Amino acid sequence: MRTFVLNLIAHRLLIAGLTLLIVSFAVFFATAMLPGDTASILLGQAATPEAVAGLRAAMHLDEPAVFRFFRWLAGLARGDLGTSYVNNVAVADLIGGRFVNTMRLAGITTLIAVPVALTLGITSAMFRGSIYDRIVTILTIGVISVPEFMIATSAVLVFSVYLKWLPALSFANEVTSFWQVLKVYAMPVITLAFVVSAQMIRMTRAAVIDTINTPYLEAALLKGASRPRAVLYHALPNAVGPIANAIALSLSYLVGGVIIVETIFNYPGVAKLMVDGVSTRDLPLIQSCAIIFCIGYLALITLADIVAILANPRLR
Amino acid sequence: MHNRITNWTASDDAMVENAIRRGATRRELLSMMLAGGVAMSAGGMILGRASDAIAATPKSGGNLKAAGWSSSTADTLDPAKASLSTDYVRCCALYNRLTFLDQAGLVQMELAEKVESADAKTWTVKLRSGVTFHDGKSLTSADVVFSLKRHLDPAVGSKVNAIAKQITDVKAVDPTTVEIVLANPNADLPTILSQHHFMIVQDGTTDFSKGIGTGAFKLETFEPGVKSIFAKNPNYFKSGGAHVDSFEFFAISDDNARVNALLSGDIHLAASIKPRSMRLVESQPGFVLSKTTSGNYTDLNIRLDMTPGDKADFVKGMKYITNREQIQKSVLRGLADIANDQPISPASVYHNAELKPKAFDPDKAKFHFEKAGVLGQKIPIITSDAATSAVEMATIVQQSAAEIGMNLDVQRVPNDGYWSNYWLKAPIHFGNINPRPTPDILFSLLYASNAPWNESQYKSEKFDSMLVEARGLLDEAKRKEIYGQMQVMVAEEAGTIIPVYISNVDAITEKLKGLEANPLGGMMGYAFAEYVWIDA
Repeated sequence: MRTFVLNLIAHRLLIAGLTLLIVSFAVFFATAMLPGDTASILLGQAATPEAVAGLRAAMHLDEPAVFRFFRWLAGLARGDLGTSYVNNVAVADLIGGRFVNTMRLAGITTLIAVPVALTLGITSAMFRGSIYDRIVTILTIGVISVPEFMIATSAVLVFSVYLKWLPALSFANEVTSFWQVLKVYAMPVITLAFVVSAQMIRMTRAAVIDTINTPYLEAALLKGASRPRAVLYHALPNAVGPIANAIALSLSYLVGGVIIVETIFNYPGVAKLMVDGVSTRDLPLIQSCAIIFCIGYLALITLADIVAILANPRLR
Repeated sequence: MHNRITNWTASDDAMVENAIRRGATRRELLSMMLAGGVAMSAGGMILGRASDAIAATPKSGGNLKAAGWSSSTADTLDPAKASLSTDYVRCCALYNRLTFLDQAGLVQMELAEKVESADAKTWTVKLRSGVTFHDGKSLTSADVVFSLKRHLDPAVGSKVNAIAKQITDVKAVDPTTVEIVLANPNADLPTILSQHHFMIVQDGTTDFSKGIGTGAFKLETFEPGVKSIFAKNPNYFKSGGAHVDSFEFFAISDDNARVNALLSGDIHLAASIKPRSMRLVESQPGFVLSKTTSGNYTDLNIRLDMTPGDKADFVKGMKYITNREQIQKSVLRGLADIANDQPISPASVYHNAELKPKAFDPDKAKFHFEKAGVLGQKIPIITSDAATSAVEMATIVQQSAAEIGMNLDVQRVPNDGYWSNYWLKAPIHFGNINPRPTPDILFSLLYASNAPWNESQYKSEKFDSMLVEARGLLDEAKRKEIYGQMQVMVAEEAGTIIPVYISNVDAITEKLKGLEANPLGGMMGYAFAEYVWIDA
């Protein structure tokens, strides 16, 4: 059993490494196809051919992009993320603080969203067809259908502008006490929790209902198990795999996909950093962000797979 | 600043002040004035004046927080590379220029005591003494020589390299005197030196992340793309220095989020808000709008050396089919002044007020299009969000043209790469030009035969020689006359249609006092931090 899991993890890591390499190439080719380079973009409207050539030479951008990409890749193998073209700061320094911010936001959101989503998803499956189930379904579909900038902006209008309970910006305020942490994170976390938990509730409910429909669960009910008992003790263990995958997919969004929330709450995270990188064609920054997003995604998916395998006696 | 009100008296001022004291909202006041026949934009000016009078004595202290609209990892503290408003704001807090422009657009001395020349070719700059940098070193002529010469080095990547090229030599005569020699006479040098890029940095600086300047604030934190924090410089050379103790500046790129942050009290100033947010701000008590029209414009460029712009009648037709009033009212919701196809705005002392904008006239347009033989052809116009409101403007022109049977094919292209791929290149496209302080810069940059950004490929020998003549003239009246004629030439002959000058609106809390309009741009020409105070 232990060797099996270790083997599985080793196998996964190998594939993950390969995936990272492929993603890195794909990102490079996509970036290379974008018009303009860092020098011409920094100069903007002032980009006369000679000014661009001068700046390109000064920034060492005059060698082919492929060489620069391979040099960056070689640096990565040594653990060096490279130096930003735009402001000559080590990419690791640029990402460092912002990565912590992103992880903090993702962490708090996960702590709130996952328990809420699981409870709502499982209970609504348990009481399928009841008024409670319908209300949860209508609300979750409603939340899925409303874009997050709408939720975020409305929340700011209500809680900051009219009620003045919470600050409109997450990062512009000094945080010194736990109470302030709650105030500052309340709105971004609520917005993100809405978005990710709605998806999780739907998937959890579907997974549990799938197992409820199986003959063995019918047998359990016929033998006299109460509905909650049948669901919690007999159906749920078999639904863990799909639920873990649903959670992993929703959470992976928190690593790199929260650009809208970062923009509206002026929260300095890595998603905004990646957008900056793309708009200035800053190759090392784009690549490093892409790799981080990819690692986050792969880690969550692998974790979900392992959980699914461990939870399934047939696969174990 | 060009909205003159003739029938306004001191007692009217008192009435408005009184109403403000009683707690009347801005909206009530404006409707009061509208009832009295005062135009909206002028009304804003009166309100500004009245509320200033109530708290006219600056107060010291407080932490100023303001939000701009653009910020990225490309943020810089190097004045030569500054390209976004946020860069200008930061540089204005940290550094000084030799000269600056006041509210009326006139040159005032800052680090310089005198900038003089007998022939407009060799200039002597006498520096103020007793100015120190944040690290304690004194300002000397070596710093000025270094700061100016940097712009000539292509490796620096200076935004004003093209303008700086006319400087052939800069040398230190003595520790407080600098001599600047130009390739050709240029009477505008004092104004050119007031541009943000020509700020004075310390001799030999290569690492600009510390922000060592002579300015009213010292740098405390600078995180590119996140925020910057400044503390008041106690040794500032201007008496009293900044009013606020500290200044924090960051960008909120989302327009709604920026306004919401202001309304919730998180910031004191939200720069450059969109017309659609204005009503929201005005409906809330305690907030004021500050409008500046400083000559920013989006223009429709028709290249005269390509089809169909090589037919003069096509260009004329396009000028008549552009509905300027509709663009002003519906695209920019009144936040613009109608322009007359030339780049010198009413904010400039050289603006030719006698040159009237072409009226919207579909019949005349049709006549010219027929003469050019383009009616019925499909003519592409390239537009993009990269140029402010260009997509909406294109739609308006397209609609009016369709009514007289002219088929304009509006092609919308992405922002990304617009300036390098379409601007100046496509036969018909949109451009966006930021305000520049002098007619000479605008004309040399945009309309001279060898201009780097000759948007319509306008070439005229007469124009070129007038440009050189006016540049070297120290006689103001004569210059004004020549620039007036040149504006007529551009409006009639060039292929650039400039429908309106776009205004910039900053929203501020009423607690923030001392903010005035400046011809160099919004937020008091980006230098507001030094002049404003918080009236808590």
